[in-house]
Amino acid sequence: MDFEFSPEQVAIRDTIRELVQDRVAPRAAEIDQTGEYPKDIEKLFADNGILGIPFPEEYGGISGSSVTICMGIEEIAKACASSSLILAVQALGSYPILVAGSEEQKKRLCPPLAAGERVAAYALSEPGSGSDAAAMTTRAKKHGDEYVLNGTKQFITHGSVAGTLVVFAQTDPSAGSRGISAFVLERESSPWKVEKLEHKLGIRGSPTAQIVLEDVKVPASNRLGDEGAGFKIALAVLDRSRPGIGAQALGIAEGAFAYALNYVKERHQFGQPIASFQGIQFMLADIATQIEAARHLVFRAATKVDSKAQDLTKVAAMAKLFASDMAMRVTTDCVQLLGGYGYISDYPVERMMRDAKITQIYEGTNQIQRVVIARALLR
Amino acid sequence: MDLELAPEHASLRAAVRELAQASVQPFAAEVDREHRFPEESVRAVAEAGLMGVLIPREYGGAGLDALAFAVCIEELAQACASTAVIVDVHTSVGTEPILLFGDEEQKRRWLPRLASGELLGAFALTEPASGSDAAALQTSAPRNGAGYVLNGTKVFITNIGRAGLYVVFARTGNEDRAAGVTAFLVPGDAPGLRVGQVFDKMGLHGSPTGELVLEDVNVPVANRLGAEGAGFPIAMRALDSGRIGISGQALGIAQVAIDEARELMRERGHDQGDDFTLADLSTRVESARLLAYHAAWLCSRGRPFTREASMAKLHSTDTAMQVALDALQIAGDEGARQGSPFERHVRDAKALQIYEGSNQVQRVVIARELLKTR
Repeated sequence: MDFEFSPEQVAIRDTIRELVQDRVAPRAAEIDQTGEYPKDIEKLFADNGILGIPFPEEYGGISGSSVTICMGIEEIAKACASSSLILAVQALGSYPILVAGSEEQKKRLCPPLAAGERVAAYALSEPGSGSDAAAMTTRAKKHGDEYVLNGTKQFITHGSVAGTLVVFAQTDPSAGSRGISAFVLERESSPWKVEKLEHKLGIRGSPTAQIVLEDVKVPASNRLGDEGAGFKIALAVLDRSRPGIGAQALGIAEGAFAYALNYVKERHQFGQPIASFQGIQFMLADIATQIEAARHLVFRAATKVDSKAQDLTKVAAMAKLFASDMAMRVTTDCVQLLGGYGYISDYPVERMMRDAKITQIYEGTNQIQRVVIARALLR
Repeated sequence: MDLELAPEHASLRAAVRELAQASVQPFAAEVDREHRFPEESVRAVAEAGLMGVLIPREYGGAGLDALAFAVCIEELAQACASTAVIVDVHTSVGTEPILLFGDEEQKRRWLPRLASGELLGAFALTEPASGSDAAALQTSAPRNGAGYVLNGTKVFITNIGRAGLYVVFARTGNEDRAAGVTAFLVPGDAPGLRVGQVFDKMGLHGSPTGELVLEDVNVPVANRLGAEGAGFPIAMRALDSGRIGISGQALGIAQVAIDEARELMRERGHDQGDDFTLADLSTRVESARLLAYHAAWLCSRGRPFTREASMAKLHSTDTAMQVALDALQIAGDEGARQGSPFERHVRDAKALQIYEGSNQVQRVVIARELLKTR
């Protein structure tokens, strides 16, 4: 066993940590308040190679390792969960290409993403098809050497800002989940329509779009894998991206705890720092222990992605489930530790608590994670 | 980063599992029912060379690291929680103080016999009025010519009556609290040493727990471990790694409870409510296992691990308790029946939240570490 990052990873982490401290943390409250996508931070990440982390060097990136991706997401999420999605969704939207793309597709589609010239997004959910992803109705009909897509995709993170959108659609509706195929849409040649942007409880700086596809033409050369392979690809991608959501949850919790820990040392009541009270100390101990436990699960899942382990599905679901439930509890407790100050927006922890909630819901609700884990255990 | 067991640890796990399932597990229910020491199991463990996991080869041990120790206890606990704690206490708090703080003569004299299992180790710190507040202990050990004379009563001593060697903490000086504590090696047959009350317990029926009474026990200077007044840090260091062992024990109990519940679900069918419980329990155990292995890994590398060991102990034992209760709930009536493994796991698991530092003390330790300015 080896619980430590490699020297290269530590160097990447330190770079990210410094950038986040200098450039992201000061913007986090404002990003939350305005609900605007921080294009400047996307550029900052692009310019510093951070958006290249999800890609191996041969496709223009700097890593491709899930451990490195998770480490990066965690660092960013400590300060700003919305900004951490810039990296997390770059990975999510690119995984289908990396997992199922042909060599030609990877060579063609990845370098602009790795360079941060464009960002990626992933469109699976529909208004009537959430946890039951196979029930999607978006249709892709083949005409000659292109497909024509029609349908509506729901809750698409970065759907409004992405240049590359991976869309899952039925090529053979009679075949159920085996009739789904995956397509890469490039905004210039296959433009999609953003019908609406959602107002949300948290991650307000990360745009969540409803996307409408009306006779969108996609060249057959942008289909990933075979016709009918789409559902398998979607699930394989979620196995790889869930540790990243775990890492995001972990970062949010760590950010909230770092703030709260400092606060309880400085806040005086009854003539002493409130950190001197055992009731507070026990909360601190439980929070720190839960964070530490989640951290190991997240990185274990990430190492399983990198080693293409057989039990990845189960372990990735465990990491996502445990870390996101942990983050919700921990951020709620951190608000509690700050008392009334925790509840107001002058302090960051209420934002972090709002941001934590989504990690229990997206990329498979935690109920779905439990279904996945139980299925693996009872197989 | 590599969060899988290395091949040597994985093969140790497989070997201990085989031994434990073949030679320890078959006695677990009986040992619990009859409240008797698991002679056969402990002998099998000794014959397999597992009483000296942490003891270097030059002293007759296996010379393995803390991670190997955790894995070993975890596998034993899957078979029998009583056997696991007997071996754990022997190996960690009963033996490690000699390993870490003994002089060469002491090591040569005691370690080979502890490693072979000829002597069972034990650790005598707690007193009736000094539990979580260990520094308040009152057993006295004034200097008397060529040695010390020990008087006092120790309580909740695991391996009581079975141990061939007790690591005893007593007060040699008038210094306040921790500063006056010294560690001694006291053989089980030392004149004046006797077993007081042996307790009936809720669980861990195979592991004897009771009072150690010391009445004018003469201990030569050669049996003093470390310097006069150096005992308290020895106790604390022993407990740090002891907590790794208890974490292993918790993981073993939790894992077997899950596995048994899972088998039952497979046999009789299962609904989503139980599926979700199973998913949550398994996830918690995975997280606890990694905490324990992390603490062990740090310990093996000679790095600070106090906080991590306390986190591992806290999380893994709270997890074991929850898992045991929920597994019983899944089993239903059958699980609550006396003699069912499910109810045994519940009774066994409870002790783990209390001993080797109650989980409240773990929280104190963790909070103290967190509030240190690092």
